[in-house]
Order: sequence, then structure tokens, then C-alpha cells
Amino acid sequence: MLKFVKKFFKKIWKDLFKSRRTLKLGLYGPPNAGKTTLANKICQDYLGEDLGKVSHLPHETRQIQSKEEISIKNADGKELKINLIDTPGIATKIDFEDFVKKGMSVAKSKRRAREATKGVIESIKWLDEIDTVVLVLDATQDPYSQVNVTIVGNLQARNIPVLIVANKVDLKKAKLKRVQAAFPQYDVIGISAKYAKNIDVFYESLFKLARQK
Amino acid sequence: MVTLQFIPYADIEDLSSIGRIRKLLNTVKENKIVLLQGRLKKEEEAELIKVTMEEINKEFKGIELAVIDPANKKELTGLQKLKNSMINMLLGDRHGMTVIGPANVVKSIRKDPNKIELYTKETRATRKKIKRKKRR
Repeated sequence: MLKFVKKFFKKIWKDLFKSRRTLKLGLYGPPNAGKTTLANKICQDYLGEDLGKVSHLPHETRQIQSKEEISIKNADGKELKINLIDTPGIATKIDFEDFVKKGMSVAKSKRRAREATKGVIESIKWLDEIDTVVLVLDATQDPYSQVNVTIVGNLQARNIPVLIVANKVDLKKAKLKRVQAAFPQYDVIGISAKYAKNIDVFYESLFKLARQK
Repeated sequence: MVTLQFIPYADIEDLSSIGRIRKLLNTVKENKIVLLQGRLKKEEEAELIKVTMEEINKEFKGIELAVIDPANKKELTGLQKLKNSMINMLLGDRHGMTVIGPANVVKSIRKDPNKIELYTKETRATRKKIKRKKRR
């Protein structure tokens, strides 16, 4: 009985302060989809500074990086406080020779590959810490890749709300409809984090996402 | 030469999650492409990626993975979906097929909702043979 009463008051307390709570928002996705570019865009818009380094080489982000207490405001003046967590790209294979082929020294490539494997493990572990997820996909790539499906499946199993962002829609090869067809049960919005295309729609979608939690 | 090994669901049914992952990964590390009847649980798929990352070294570069599950098709009616989930509940995730290959053998796996295309890497020996043939 006491347990039930405790649980009841805990729920009321939680609901009362729900809107003021800071949301842990994770940016997930495969390598080179533009997670850090999007994180930088959010941080530039609301804090005036970058979160991390971006590169055309995959696995540039090899450690979790975050910014706390970012306050996002929408057109109606509503405020959403987030802790933004930018995660290393999730992959099923990492070969240091791929970095060598792109002009990196063997020693640096080996170190990068070793750090990248650790980054993937960290990203998967962090799934237990996140409230909501923005899954960043490269709109020019195959959306049916198993990494994407596995991430979505795991978020679904953990009851974590997801917004799917098809990034790089500024590129000619981008196929937004293909991404939307691959994940019909989710909201999929096309953006270009680099050129801020559709970024207002993205921010508005974050408010919708926060309401699902 | 590429070796395919079929693993029926019955072979992993009674194993723990880590036991299933171990069995699949050990087979893949023997440079075999695994065709698993059915699929792993979603959490097990993530765990498989995690364990794969922990084991990457000079020889083992990771895996290529693809799952085809007809039970997830959009066109299925509510009754068919219910039937599938009942079967899954009683018999386990036997629907569909999982393909796992070592990254040093499998170049890529392209997946459409209904088919899997698996591209293997051309070995140096094969390339040399082809070049020799062309010269002749």
C-alpha cells in the first residue's frame, strides 16, 4: 500500500515538473551522416559555439561529446531544454586500411580504427542513458542498411521516441522519399545541416518529439 | 572459395543471448558466411555489433550483417501480423533469415525489403588469375 502511495506521488511530482525537465537528446546514426554537423548547427544557433570537429573522413567523432542545458525556443515562445549528446557513428566493420587509402599514415590509421571501435561500443552503451533520439541518416545512402534498422529496432524495444532526419538533401543524389519509404512508421524530415535547409522544421519537430517522452 | 554455413534456429534456440552471439561470431571468424534461420532479438543485434567491435584486430575487420523479415512487411493485414506474432511467441523468431559474413570476405550486402544481394571481395589470387587469362 505504502509503495503504491509513494509511486502515485512520485508520478504527480514528475508530471508537475515534466515540462521544465531537461531532455537528454542523442544524435545517433552511421558514420559520416552529419551528426556532428547538425550538433554544431544547434550549438551555433543557441550557444554561439561549435560542439565538435567535422571531417569528410568517417569516424571523426570517436568519443561521446555533449553540451548541457541548451535552451531551444519555438515561434510560439515555448522553451525546450536539452542536453545534446553527439555519439560516434555506429558501424559493423572498421578497417584501418580504409583510412590509409584516404591518405592517412599507417600509425594514425591504426589508432583511428582502434578509437573508432571503442566509440561504437560507447554509442551502444549510451542507448540506456538517452531520453529521445534523432537518428541522422545520409539521404544519399541506402537507408535499408542493417545498422539503421538495428538502431531503430533497439530504440523501439527501449521505448525511446525517435525522429529520423535525412541529412544532405542539398545533394543531387539525395533520395528523401526512399528514406521515408524505409521507415514508414516514423516522422522523417529532410534537412541539410551544412546549409541550414529546413532547420526550422527540424526544431519544431524536436518539440513534438519531446512531447512523446 | 566462399563457404556458406546454414544454422537452423533450433541450434541457437536454447542458448543464452551471449551464447547465440558467440556461436555466430565464432563461425564468422572461421571466414564462413552464416545463413541463420530466423533472426536475433533486437537487443542481441546491438550486442552482436558491440562484441564484434571488441574483437576487431589485424585479421578480423568486423562483419557485414543483413536481416530479411517478411513479418515486417507493410502489406501484411492485421490478422497476418497477429498470426506472425503468435508464432514468434510460441516458436521464437524463426521468421525470415539473417546473413552474417566476415568483412574481409563480404564487401557489402545490399538489402531491399524483399531480397539480399551479397557482394564478396575479389581475392588477390583470383585477380592475378583473371589478369593471366586476359594476357593469354
